[in-house]
Amino acid sequence: MKQVLNRVQFSKVFGLSLLLLFQLVSVTIHAQEEAAAEETAAPAGDVAAGKQLFNQNCAACHALNRKMTGPALANVEQRLYEDEGLGKEWLYAWIKNSAGMIASGDAYANKIYNEYNQAAMTAFPTLSNADIDNILAYTAAPPPAPPTAGPDVAGGTPVSGSGSGISNEIVLGALALVFGLLVVMLFLVNNTLRKIAEANGVEIVKADAKKRTPIWKAFVQNQFLVFCSVVVLLLGSAYFAYAWMSQIGVDQGYAPIQPIHYSHKIHAGDNKIECKYCHSSARVSKHSGIPSLNVCMNCHKSIYEYTGNPEGPSAEDLANGYTNEFYTKEIKKLYKAVGWDEENQKYTGESQPVEWVRIHNLPDFAYFNHSQHVSVGKIECQTCHGPVEEMEIMYQYSPLTMGWCINCHRETEVQVADNAYYEKIHTELSKKYGVEKLTAAQMGGLECGKCHY
Amino acid sequence: MNSMKQFVKIVFGIVLLASATSCFDKSQPNYQYMPNMYEPVGYETYGGVDNGLFPQGTEAMLPAENTISREWMPYEFENTPEGKELARLQPSPLDSLGRDENLVKGAELYAVYCMVCHGPRGAGQGVLVKREKILGVPSYDDAARNITVGSTYHTMYYGLNSMGSYAAQMSSEKELWQVAEYVMKLKSDLTK
Repeated sequence: MKQVLNRVQFSKVFGLSLLLLFQLVSVTIHAQEEAAAEETAAPAGDVAAGKQLFNQNCAACHALNRKMTGPALANVEQRLYEDEGLGKEWLYAWIKNSAGMIASGDAYANKIYNEYNQAAMTAFPTLSNADIDNILAYTAAPPPAPPTAGPDVAGGTPVSGSGSGISNEIVLGALALVFGLLVVMLFLVNNTLRKIAEANGVEIVKADAKKRTPIWKAFVQNQFLVFCSVVVLLLGSAYFAYAWMSQIGVDQGYAPIQPIHYSHKIHAGDNKIECKYCHSSARVSKHSGIPSLNVCMNCHKSIYEYTGNPEGPSAEDLANGYTNEFYTKEIKKLYKAVGWDEENQKYTGESQPVEWVRIHNLPDFAYFNHSQHVSVGKIECQTCHGPVEEMEIMYQYSPLTMGWCINCHRETEVQVADNAYYEKIHTELSKKYGVEKLTAAQMGGLECGKCHY
Repeated sequence: MNSMKQFVKIVFGIVLLASATSCFDKSQPNYQYMPNMYEPVGYETYGGVDNGLFPQGTEAMLPAENTISREWMPYEFENTPEGKELARLQPSPLDSLGRDENLVKGAELYAVYCMVCHGPRGAGQGVLVKREKILGVPSYDDAARNITVGSTYHTMYYGLNSMGSYAAQMSSEKELWQVAEYVMKLKSDLTK
């Protein structure tokens, strides 16, 4: 993939410069357009202030161009006036106290309340009429055009970033070339020397192979050597066979393809969602459960598309096909599984389980309890599961072998501070072992019956 | 000629070794020695079951109707605006003598479940809001909402508009009340 980048580099740089040029020209045009737009919108209200107010107060339930918990609000003032004959006064009253309007029997208020599953709109008595004017100005303003430069700029940045990788490859290639040339030169030198020797009448002494016994025969005749090499061979193969057999049943690095491409990197890394937000049962039970889909919908009811980072997808993501559209498609898979009708913002009731592929799997004869380690031991999830917040595709980080468990039990100090429940046994054991801090092993963490019963 | 043959042999050997080591497929689990010692006999939590006994072929199912989980009691208020108004007056059932402990526990849970949207101080400025993924998260000191411990509990129990229910992620009623108490503490800190 890096080679491809390399090849494209020129055209990208060229394209970028063209784009820059174009933008320079268009900025002036844009400025004029914006000025014109502001002139028309100015008397109604402040669009920028309206946007801020909208994002703070309304955006949880309303979007401009799509239904959410409440209706879409683009051009709401105009639509309301044209379709229902209701003026701004109605909107003021509704926003400040919608429940009161419904109770007073206002026909349209009741209609809209019932249309949206009787979801009560929070009253906003703190918003002044001017604030509402600003918000309405924002809803009436044309939605900003999607930045056309997005993908180009995103593709452009990594060119400089991957510079070191390219230069590495160039250096390696040059080295290989130099060595190849050396080999050819040596051959040539050898040849010319021979020719010179022949010309000078020097005989090149060749080993008289016929008289000597071939080397393998000599080897077979020397029985001690045969014995020694057989021993070495057997020991060597035993070593490799042991190493190979001890990785059977170990799934370190196992990264199956999941039915929904869920990126821990985006959720736990970029958005800093706590592990236990989704894996909540790790706090209180044996299993660190896979979240049920309602937990996904806590956020994805609002987040219906992937917009990514402001700087756009990285070159690495693009090379893997992880575009914004790709992720948005994965969110739609979730909607299908949980039975969420985006059009009407309702659950259809038709759900189907997502068949996640289990990665970490201890054999049935070993008992492991998450809550004991997470809540009591206060061990970070990353200690065993690795840098999950950097994993685009989840994989098994630790070997999960018995040796690995035991090693950790030997090294990990038990959280003895402020644990009234174990206070007595802690002091007694410290006295017995003559140590200040106890390891899990000293508390019996190596006993067979702790995990195998 | 001889050396040429030897060279071919060596290359062949290297190719064979390379192909043997590259066979490890990351998307497939490794071999096991004795699978019937590894695989449980009983149903595994969240495991798939294809014997036709489970409606959707999975062990994970909704609780049977009209049952309540351990550590929970039936909640007397309905998921309606009227129910919420009634719940508003309900005080926290937790012992006020253990308030400090409850707040510590509540803060822990708040950091896990609420902070990502509502922010560390409850002003509605969590990571997801700052990154403009979720918008319109109100501050706890919003005068119009005027949240109380009872209405907070009601909102967390049922969810409200864009916010989902968090009852499933808490292990007990007590934990939910601890969060509600911590939210009220944040509110009083904000209004100070």
